[in-house]
Amino acid sequence: MAKKIFSIVLLALFIAACSSSDDAVNTDGGGSGTAFDRAGMLRNLADNIIIPSYQNLNSDLGTLVTAKDNFNTTPNQANLDALRSAWFTAYKAWQHVESFNIGQAEQTLYAFQMNTYPVNTTDVENNVASGSYDLTHPNNNDAVGFPALDYMLHGIGATDAEILEKYTTNAEAGKYQAYLSDLVNQMQTLTQAISSDWTVNYRDTFISSTANTATSATNKFINDFIFYYEKGLRANKIGIPAGNFSSTPLPDRVEAFYNQEVSKELALEALNAVQNIFNGTEFGGSANGESFKTYLISLDRTDLANMINNQFNTARGKIQELNANFATQINTDNTKMTEAYDALQAAVVLLKVDMLQAFNISVDYVDADGD
Amino acid sequence: MEYLNHNDRVNRFQTYIQQQTNAAPLAVFRIGFGLMMCYGIIRFWAHGWIETQYLEPTFHFSYYGFEWVKPIGNYTYLIFFICGLSAFFVALGLKYRLAIITFFLSFTYIELMDKTTYLNHYYFISILSFLMIFLPANATFSMDNLARKRTFENIPKWTIDAIKLLLGIVYFYAGLAKINSDWLFKAQPLKIWLPSKFDLPIIGETLMHQNWFHFAMSWSGMLYDLCIPFLLLYKKTRIFAFILVVFFHVFTRVLFPIGMFPFVMIVGTLIFFDASFHQKIITLIKNILSKLRMLKTTTLQTFSAYQIRYKSFVISVIIIFFTIQLLLPFRYLLYPGELFWTEQGYRFSWRVMLMEKAGISTFKIVDGKTGNYFYVKNSDFLTERQEKQMSFQPDFILEYAHYLGDTFTKDGHKNVQVYVESYVALNGRLSQLYIDKTVDLYQQKRSFKPKNWILPFNDDIKGF
Repeated sequence: MAKKIFSIVLLALFIAACSSSDDAVNTDGGGSGTAFDRAGMLRNLADNIIIPSYQNLNSDLGTLVTAKDNFNTTPNQANLDALRSAWFTAYKAWQHVESFNIGQAEQTLYAFQMNTYPVNTTDVENNVASGSYDLTHPNNNDAVGFPALDYMLHGIGATDAEILEKYTTNAEAGKYQAYLSDLVNQMQTLTQAISSDWTVNYRDTFISSTANTATSATNKFINDFIFYYEKGLRANKIGIPAGNFSSTPLPDRVEAFYNQEVSKELALEALNAVQNIFNGTEFGGSANGESFKTYLISLDRTDLANMINNQFNTARGKIQELNANFATQINTDNTKMTEAYDALQAAVVLLKVDMLQAFNISVDYVDADGD
Repeated sequence: MEYLNHNDRVNRFQTYIQQQTNAAPLAVFRIGFGLMMCYGIIRFWAHGWIETQYLEPTFHFSYYGFEWVKPIGNYTYLIFFICGLSAFFVALGLKYRLAIITFFLSFTYIELMDKTTYLNHYYFISILSFLMIFLPANATFSMDNLARKRTFENIPKWTIDAIKLLLGIVYFYAGLAKINSDWLFKAQPLKIWLPSKFDLPIIGETLMHQNWFHFAMSWSGMLYDLCIPFLLLYKKTRIFAFILVVFFHVFTRVLFPIGMFPFVMIVGTLIFFDASFHQKIITLIKNILSKLRMLKTTTLQTFSAYQIRYKSFVISVIIIFFTIQLLLPFRYLLYPGELFWTEQGYRFSWRVMLMEKAGISTFKIVDGKTGNYFYVKNSDFLTERQEKQMSFQPDFILEYAHYLGDTFTKDGHKNVQVYVESYVALNGRLSQLYIDKTVDLYQQKRSFKPKNWILPFNDDIKGF
């Protein structure tokens, strides 16, 4: 009899535990009544950020192709300036898509073919000289894309006159022109393919892949985003040239090294792109949709969302203090570079530790019991 | 109240030790254990985890005092093979004593190779197999019976009680550990884990993000762990308790990647059932085997009672074993600071599913003379899983710091000092600095002493 009573008491305790915690919804204020709309977040990312960013880059690369054609037809200073300007516009547009290492971009190793730096000038010169090359080959990743163009447009001669000489009177002028042309065309072909794959095909796959598994689009996108921020932005643009990972600073590792005036502007553009993704801000506009930020808010982590935005702003402030050419900054006062790095790193902690913990992105490749 | 003098107590103990009970439950337990362990090893192998967990990493995190236990290249596969084979021998009850000793040693060796893979249930398997060395699990329905042409109807009752006690400790201590303010009053870490299971059918989008559900799961989980050993002990609540066991473990299996553990516990708790139930299982297996014409019909001499050899030695070992089991989880009281934060005394204590902890630890190699420094890329030395585990556990951080110090000194760097910038977040709190940035970890020795370079936790967690 006593045992029966005991089991009934226990059942009652169970029920009590359930019902008493019902009240907590009111007192706690947390745990909103409706689940977060993950598909809505992916839809906003795809329709208002990813696809418009690719289309913008694709159109800028179209302009670049035209500028290149004009230059190759009439290689003069005016056309060189126009070509350089088109390159820079497209390079800034590129900063908005580099983190999207998903779908066809991932399969074709797109980012490696577009922005691997430092450029290997020996490889570039060898390719030019031989005239036969497979630009998609991994060995050529550091001889193609924006960094290779940077070298072709700013670095193959000490002065503009010397550069123009390579495309005009030089014995190899035809080969330089051909390589320049192939580089630009290849970048546009790659981008065109990915851009149209997104619109006709991958968008629907993307927005329906909301599961919490290691391979779902949601989790991959979030992981890629953080990976890009940590590697592509924090380490590549600032940390590595500032010598954070080596015994001495490596100023020749800055982005757009041969141009010598835009590494800061590219870094700021990349940081804006990152912050827009975080906030779900539409490309080229200011309207905000479902995003990591609203996801955090739905999990009662408005504090964290605000801290992340504040830290992005702090980092932007630190980068704005730097010289337009990071290489100059490193050679004159590298402390400012490492301060910018530290400000970027502080956001890595918030994204990688706090945000990932809040989202509880699953990494389910091995048994774990949570301890 | 009845007063027992010393002699009475000794007599009671002696009487208890003499008590006999049917041998069937222990035999069924042996078969279940052996088969599950054998399957567990095959599963681990098939997933390719021997490669990724033990062969791919260049560096392994060792338990203090067991630095000599390392994977041995491709021979590591041999250890797993021996382990799986001995588990199968245990299931058969063939050369049982040798098989269970081999299993205990090989399994424990595997677990000691790298503490990155530490799981409470692996530890449970290790100590359970140690206990089983001293139990007559081959007394009946074993191949040893056939070889020796004799079988035993009964075994000492304490041998079955010992397994019940160990299972009871696991549950009860796991329940005690849940009596803390994070678990009960913040529903952490379930509040983080459950909403991320939104893709489960039906309950995913309706229950998993509900605040009341997080609390209901926390409280019922705590009550379940505390009560289940007692509910299993009493005959009248046993069926109800077993239904709870099945429901709870299946549910946790659905929610979390905890591998074999739920099934080990479900099969393990069968030992609480009466001998008649286990005799039915044995009869069932016998019927199947005879249909397959695999049953040998040797006539066995049946003895009524199994006599334990070296009895006083065995009893002493068992008493010492359980004393350690009861005390070890409380060793954290010897350390200052918050247990969840410092993790000093956290392992081997049945603290399961209590923490969602994550961190980033960035190591800085400094030349002590010139002050020049650079940061280490952890992925150069650690696998993703190792880096993840290292980032928030102080003993990992220290061991890794020494490894880095040694490695860079060997590479020709001078006056190497190793510092870490470590940020850790616990149960949904904001991350905070974890380790004193100004302490050269290369100069800190490994020991059981409190690690005074762990920074204090900015909050308070009350409870066990």
